[in-house]
Amino acid sequence: MAVLLQHLLNGLVLGGTYALLGIGLTLIFGLMNVVNFAHGEFYTLGAYLTFAGASMLRVNFLLAVAAAILGGGLAGAACERVLLRPLAGESIDTTMLATIGLWIVLQNGELLAWGGVARSIAHPFPTPPVVLGPVSLAPLRLAVLGAALVLILGAHLLIHRTSLGVAMRATFQDGETAALMGIEIGRIRTLTFAVGSGLAAAAGALLGPIFLVYPAMGDLAALKAFAVVILGGLGSFAGATLGGLLLGVAEELGAGYVSSGYRDAVGFVIIILVLLFRPAGLFARVGRVG
Amino acid sequence: MRRPLLTGIVALSTTLAVVPTGGGTMEPPIKIGVIEPLSGPVAASGNYVRMGAEIARDWINARGGVNGRPLRLLIEDDKSDPKEAASAAEKLIVRDGVPVLMGAWGSSMTLAAMPKLEEYGVPMVVETSSAAAITKRGNPWVFRISPTSEMEALGVEKYLDALGVRQADFMAVNTDWGRGAVLAFSGMLRRRGLGVGTVEYMDQAATDMSAQLTKIKSAGGDTLFLTTGVEQITLVLRQAQEQRVLVRVITTGGSSSPSQLVKQAGAAADGSYHIVFFMPWFPEAMPAPKLAQAFVAEWTKRGNPFEGLTEGFRGHDGILTIAEAIRVAGSPEPTAIRDSLWRVDVMGLNGPIRFEKDGPPGRESGQSRPSIFVVQIRDGKAALPAFVQK
Repeated sequence: MAVLLQHLLNGLVLGGTYALLGIGLTLIFGLMNVVNFAHGEFYTLGAYLTFAGASMLRVNFLLAVAAAILGGGLAGAACERVLLRPLAGESIDTTMLATIGLWIVLQNGELLAWGGVARSIAHPFPTPPVVLGPVSLAPLRLAVLGAALVLILGAHLLIHRTSLGVAMRATFQDGETAALMGIEIGRIRTLTFAVGSGLAAAAGALLGPIFLVYPAMGDLAALKAFAVVILGGLGSFAGATLGGLLLGVAEELGAGYVSSGYRDAVGFVIIILVLLFRPAGLFARVGRVG
Repeated sequence: MRRPLLTGIVALSTTLAVVPTGGGTMEPPIKIGVIEPLSGPVAASGNYVRMGAEIARDWINARGGVNGRPLRLLIEDDKSDPKEAASAAEKLIVRDGVPVLMGAWGSSMTLAAMPKLEEYGVPMVVETSSAAAITKRGNPWVFRISPTSEMEALGVEKYLDALGVRQADFMAVNTDWGRGAVLAFSGMLRRRGLGVGTVEYMDQAATDMSAQLTKIKSAGGDTLFLTTGVEQITLVLRQAQEQRVLVRVITTGGSSSPSQLVKQAGAAADGSYHIVFFMPWFPEAMPAPKLAQAFVAEWTKRGNPFEGLTEGFRGHDGILTIAEAIRVAGSPEPTAIRDSLWRVDVMGLNGPIRFEKDGPPGRESGQSRPSIFVVQIRDGKAALPAFVQK
């Protein structure tokens, strides 16, 4: 029983981070209809910026995380403006190829700038675990889970409660009509990509101190993000959040009770099942577009 | 504006034209192909091996090279990926025409590159990989200077009582290396009548090992044999501390880089034991103390990170072995180098390097008998365990 509880707790914490990765991508993939293969690189960028701030410049950890999120957002905006805007009218395959190129360039740029050796981010949280009865958890992980939930809620409010969010949703439902209503759709596209990239950078900034920072760290993260988005349904915030938590718990229980060698396979078996039986995603309302 | 620049270029090109004729040694260099993971999840280790190989190259070239010719390393990145290792071997052999290779760190990468050696008839010195299959497959172009997992298990066997191992669990990277190590160490424990508990694997790129650790905690063993690179060892030690998994950790494979663990895992690394094949903390205790001291000094002088030394020595010993084989062969020709590798008898940083036959009769690979050491991290420093100290 204690073991099951620990597995569930581990799964929830891991799932929270998957959710954070997923919501950034669901904005870009689900709303903008851009299959962003470079999503993992903004995750890596966030982690390296946090490393530069917290471990090299030794500024306050939270300040370093904030700067990393901002940096990721700005980098995302620049990529959208320079690379994706000129391809606005092209097919989804063209933008997909462009983002694959971006992925390769960014990852090799990171390798060139930082070298291949993994870095460790210094953080201010105490290392002894918080013990709650039969289970235990590192304070850092608890903080990351909390921060992830705040960011997810914030992003949800941005999309659903602000006029900017309304403009975003309008732009991606029907760009022409939105433009006729006076929405600057070019600016909205850039902003959406920036917010999505900023969220990926936030995930990297938060997970960097738990794990290690190295140039290829974004590959696995991007894979998980796509998995979460497919599980939850394109463009659905609640779906990405629940999908992330579900994936985390499923992987954890799969590793705990089936075999740790098949840990990553468990998540993908679920995705195959979802695609077979609920292709729109577990939590998507049927017939909803965008 | 134009003229000074032009004069500069003319002056520069004159100097460039003069330098080679003035230099004297114009013998063409002997190429050695090196395949290492310079990027990807185990990039740190691959880069350290590269740094060690570069020191060996520079030392040998400073002494006048091999048979009057300087050595030149052609280094390819296999991106920690077996497919890339195979294509790197092909590229080095076919396009660059190297007569001999060193590589490819991970067992899966080495195994993937091995068929290319037979196909083109080029020998390779294996500097790190420990899966038994490498020298058992009957590939007569393979010469290994790193110990197999079985050798490591035998090296640790004599300390089992002193360590107090009764029941051990296993956690290993899901590759030929990790799986091979689990077989070797669990076999050794069973032979001694000791308990083997749960066996957990992790993907090479995995970062969250909490599920595996929860199982290990509930398995109730007293010792965890951990086989993976330093990056994942760091994560496992940190996450074991988070989950209060209070077992004795022994890492195998020699790629744990204890000094890096002290830096990155901090207190979580305290008390852990590590099988290593070079002890930069006590060069005077190595089989060739003077060589070890010189290597540590040169490594530090170059600004290479100290924590890379436990991996970097492999690069030095690999290139040293190859250079010696070329010297004995008299010519840098693949078959001659292969035949001469059997006659190599040289003192490396790890100890004496000589090859014995291993694998199916008639198609044997070369396997040396490396020295194996155990160190413990105590109070944030690598130290000799109490049972090893004389």
